[in-house]
Amino acid sequence: MQRLIDRAKELLADGTVVRVLGWKAGDMGYNPEPAMFDNAAELRNFVYDGFCGANLSKFMIEASKLEGKTLVFLKPCDTYSFNQLIKEHRVDRDKAYIIGVGCQGKLSMEKIKSMGVKAIESVSGADAFDAAEELTFETLYGEKTVAYKDAMLQRCHVCKGKEHMIYDELLGESKDTKDADRFAEVERIEAMSPEERFAFFQAELSKCIRCNACRNVCPACSCRKCIFDGTKYDSAQKANTTSFEEKMFHIIRAFHVAGRCTDCGECSRVCPQGIPLHLFNRKFIKDIETFYGEYQAGADTDSKGPLTSYTFDDVEPSIVAERG
Amino acid sequence: MKKIVKENLPALFRAIAAQQDLFLPIKTAGQTNFGLWTEEAEVDLETLKTVKSGKDMFFPQSETLYTCLKDDKKIYIKPEALQDRNFVAFGMKGCDVKGLEVLDRVFLADPVDTFYAARRKHGIIVAMACNEPETSCFCKVFGVDCAEPSADVAVWLTSTALCWKAQTEKGEALTATLTAAGLLEEATEADLHHVEGEKAVTRAIVEKLPYMNLSLEGWNGEALNEKFNSPLWEKLYKGCLACGTCTFVCPTCQCYDIKDYKTGTGVQRYRCWDSCMYSDFTMMAHGNNRTSQMQRYRQRFMHKLIYFPANNDGMYSCVGCGRCVEKCPSSLNIVKVIKAFAAEKTNEGGAR
Amino acid sequence: MSIEAKEEFRPKIVAFCCNWCSYAGADLAGSSRLSYPADVKIIRVPCSCRVNPMFILRAFEKGADGVILCGCHPGDCHYSTGNFYARRRMTLLFSMLDYLGVENGRTRVEWVSAAEGVKFSTTMNEFVAKIHSLGKNVRLGDIRCKD
Repeated sequence: MQRLIDRAKELLADGTVVRVLGWKAGDMGYNPEPAMFDNAAELRNFVYDGFCGANLSKFMIEASKLEGKTLVFLKPCDTYSFNQLIKEHRVDRDKAYIIGVGCQGKLSMEKIKSMGVKAIESVSGADAFDAAEELTFETLYGEKTVAYKDAMLQRCHVCKGKEHMIYDELLGESKDTKDADRFAEVERIEAMSPEERFAFFQAELSKCIRCNACRNVCPACSCRKCIFDGTKYDSAQKANTTSFEEKMFHIIRAFHVAGRCTDCGECSRVCPQGIPLHLFNRKFIKDIETFYGEYQAGADTDSKGPLTSYTFDDVEPSIVAERG
Repeated sequence: MKKIVKENLPALFRAIAAQQDLFLPIKTAGQTNFGLWTEEAEVDLETLKTVKSGKDMFFPQSETLYTCLKDDKKIYIKPEALQDRNFVAFGMKGCDVKGLEVLDRVFLADPVDTFYAARRKHGIIVAMACNEPETSCFCKVFGVDCAEPSADVAVWLTSTALCWKAQTEKGEALTATLTAAGLLEEATEADLHHVEGEKAVTRAIVEKLPYMNLSLEGWNGEALNEKFNSPLWEKLYKGCLACGTCTFVCPTCQCYDIKDYKTGTGVQRYRCWDSCMYSDFTMMAHGNNRTSQMQRYRQRFMHKLIYFPANNDGMYSCVGCGRCVEKCPSSLNIVKVIKAFAAEKTNEGGAR
Repeated sequence: MSIEAKEEFRPKIVAFCCNWCSYAGADLAGSSRLSYPADVKIIRVPCSCRVNPMFILRAFEKGADGVILCGCHPGDCHYSTGNFYARRRMTLLFSMLDYLGVENGRTRVEWVSAAEGVKFSTTMNEFVAKIHSLGKNVRLGDIRCKD
């Protein structure tokens, strides 16, 4: 971590960048926040560890509007989002100096809590570049240990790989975390009967409180004004009124990012009600791959997206009914 | 004090629900929130904090106020009926109950919010004492004793039984019915001893909580301009995503919006929780008087810590439940704000 | 003689028809005296690709039991490529609705040219029959809109 701070200081000192976008240590050791650092002195609060799951690409949209270059630390999966934003002209490549940072899997407080760890006072083993096999928590109710692997965010189990898609320089060591198939969950749901699928999504989506965290954290949701914030469509943008509005919101949101979603998993990470929102996006990704061929959003900055291109011989929509 | 053995809780719930609606923490798809009790519902009394606070039962996230209907060429208005049936809110925590005191200041003051008032009148609160509080809790800072909540009825969940103590007339009435039904029995000396023990343990843990000594010094009406104009806000809001999580899980956030919904046969006018984090918050014909996220972010904390106490005899509109601390996607929260201002004051924060 | 009133299911069906082909096809069906059920309500759109997935969900929200989208045959789009995009969008949307447990017969896309009055009529008859067999739409739709 010190390496990152030192390098950031150098880049600030030699004038390459005028500010740093990174993570600031929280007051509890497990609650860092995305933050902007304007000078070297502020960097003493900089942190990069297993809890820095936030994807900073989204913050680069605002940073691109500022004067001067911003140093941004991007994890491998964040670079996909950054690429996609370049493709959509929502960030300015020339305004960013990207340090690709290594990643050894990011942690989920929700998962940690679900394993019975509560009232955490401090944690060790969550180093960014030297993650331990086991996390140790000092809690008010005694010491608890949890395997690092079990505490990882769902997205890290299906990691796209630790290679950075775009960067100016690289720092820090990564560790492979993939141990599950990306589409396994989607396939499990597909195998259910329509009634079961309906019941599953009904239960999950009925929890939605319309806080819009999934939308606001999503790097692909970069519209200046969201259609759900419009007053024209009598959509209940912030009210959980009936199950339908919530369902429509999530279908349409997933649809709007279909073909652009890099599967960074931020939506599922931030949902206060623990709705597995990635299941929507991954379904679209899977369908796109089945129907239109392999495509990874954010792997490059110039290819055409699957929903902005076509071929004469595309499958007909009736395929959905035919495949049963 | 009364008690009921743990195994009989389902029977207790059934008996309460037979007389009136019963709301209690229910687990759906892995998350616990207050919901209507049914035989099939998975009751969860273990989870310390429901995701949304108990506010929902008295001030629902969305509720219809009235419906406009058309009959031939006439338009008439059908007002929504007010709550006229008792209901029991079981398992609220001390902080949740304190949250209602804050809402009372808003909705029961003139002009009275009839929808809220009706629910308050008919709601019987059975509050549950906390055990094993979280490090995100800081209710004691706001004068809440989570080991002994004050409500119509206070209950303690011990390893074998639920101890039950009526604290108001409404609570006495409910207790009498349930005792008559043979569900509640007199607590023994040992039970009382047990409850006292639990209280002491919980209170001892509360003393050890990291936010226990959070100081609210300087947060009052006099500091309005100083706090409002502080350059710190510009730094603090940076990670804010402008989502409404903090406001929607908060037991005291009371802002709402009113909207219309066309049903095809009429127009429903409903109100729903609003969030100061949203870009259309307090949107008026002339536009919005808070144009940046910094201003909206500042509004939330200024309201809770400055405006509200200045207008309500010093009562803060934060109860220290810690839900925002746990749920913010960017880990921003009211504690960080208070701490940042305190650090600035002692100059330890420096160029934070 | 008494007439027994029967509560018969009358499906509500929304058909989005492209102005340049199927809308004219519907016209032709009409002028050729070909019949299709009155349950079908046609909404004219400038191109099949004007249909946003939200339109389809909105139709269901407000009480539709089935939604059909008709456009020009692939390659014949008045604007050259619109229906190609519509085809991809609808494929993904229908697949998503299926994933959510909505009966997949409730949605359909059919390419109908201005000259195909017969096809229009048979398509609509088929679709209405299908919706009849599926019954009322209960899985999609806003409870506030149900009477």
